[in-house]
Amino acid sequence: MQKSRHDLWVGLFVVIGAAALLFLALKAGNLLSLSFEPVYRVSARFDNIGGLKARGAVKSAGVVVGRVTRISFDDKSFQATVEMELEQRFAFPKDSSVKILTAGLLGEQYLGIEPGASDKTLLAGDVITQTQSAVVLETLISQFLFNKAADASNAPAGKP
Amino acid sequence: MSGIADMLSAIGRSVCGGLTGIGEATRLMGRLVVLTPAALARFRLVADQIFFLGNYSLAIISVSGLFVGFVLGLQGYYTLQRYGSSEALGLLVALSLVRELGPVVTALLFAGRAGTALTAEIGLMKSGEQLAAMEMMAVDPVRRVLAPRFLGGLIAMPLLAAVFSAVGIIGGWLVGVALIGVDAGAFWSQMQSGVDVFKDVGNGVIKSLVFGLTVTFVALLQGYFCQPTPEGVARATTRTVVMSSLCVLGLDFVLTALMFSI
Repeated sequence: MQKSRHDLWVGLFVVIGAAALLFLALKAGNLLSLSFEPVYRVSARFDNIGGLKARGAVKSAGVVVGRVTRISFDDKSFQATVEMELEQRFAFPKDSSVKILTAGLLGEQYLGIEPGASDKTLLAGDVITQTQSAVVLETLISQFLFNKAADASNAPAGKP
Repeated sequence: MSGIADMLSAIGRSVCGGLTGIGEATRLMGRLVVLTPAALARFRLVADQIFFLGNYSLAIISVSGLFVGFVLGLQGYYTLQRYGSSEALGLLVALSLVRELGPVVTALLFAGRAGTALTAEIGLMKSGEQLAAMEMMAVDPVRRVLAPRFLGGLIAMPLLAAVFSAVGIIGGWLVGVALIGVDAGAFWSQMQSGVDVFKDVGNGVIKSLVFGLTVTFVALLQGYFCQPTPEGVARATTRTVVMSSLCVLGLDFVLTALMFSI
């Protein structure tokens, strides 16, 4: 095969381009955090999921143990059904509870698993019944304002 | 009366001319698609074109990427620190580069740096009757001249866009972390938790592939069908920049709407 004087430089260019792609995938993207661990699926029902999104993290004691895979609405019970994949190597007691937490004050929302005390463990397809919905800021504020208003209207009536 | 007739015929002529242009473009595209796999068999020609289109563009692409990264770092910090979330700077820089600025700005620079060179080269070949001479020797100019350039542009463009984004992120890091003093750990960890490999980086690569195809094709088309005169080549070169920039920006909107719609 004939040699071209450009071969070296073309090779260099391709290597630089490939290195840049690798940099984007590894350093900027989250290729390393993609796990190919075997998983099992469980689901949970919530009255309100707030801003939880699919692919959100599932954490226990702050460590990521799984991902949210699907969020759907159940029109029988009018609740949100959240399906999640937990890594096979982590087993949780059957009476574990799930709550929706927020990273920081305005950060993204994730699921937190609080382990229970049961001897049996969660299996694939189980439904977690003990859940705590997301804290919706608007509800909190309106409750606070309502209490204030109630206090204010009680105060004059309290001292005749 | 003759005024109206002249006007009607002028409209008809321009419509026919436009349709003929689209037809010619489609025919050339079809032939390029058929002949591009054949160009792989003589990869040395393609490698020469990668050298010509890619290596020579590397300097302008990396310098522009660096400065775009600097500006993103400064402007992003200015806005984010108002809301007390300057740690998200890395995420902002990376997402805007990987999703939009990397492919688009690279394509615009590529059109100016490499597309014009392609058009002028092929236009001069045509006006020097080299393409006609090839046909006389039963050598298909589309196969021998155009297809390797097409494939070369198609390969060079995604690599250039990746270099642009990577250098831009480093530029954003230089300004954000080294100069302003955003926490380095938060810079990278926010970036890594927010940038998805397939949804963001992968779609950016697809975008840059589409833009590479568009820019290279427009450049080849303008060169191949230009008037074989000095003015004709000059006009074709200008049209390459205008048309490919408009196509890239328009396609970018369509692609963004397709890929990142919520």
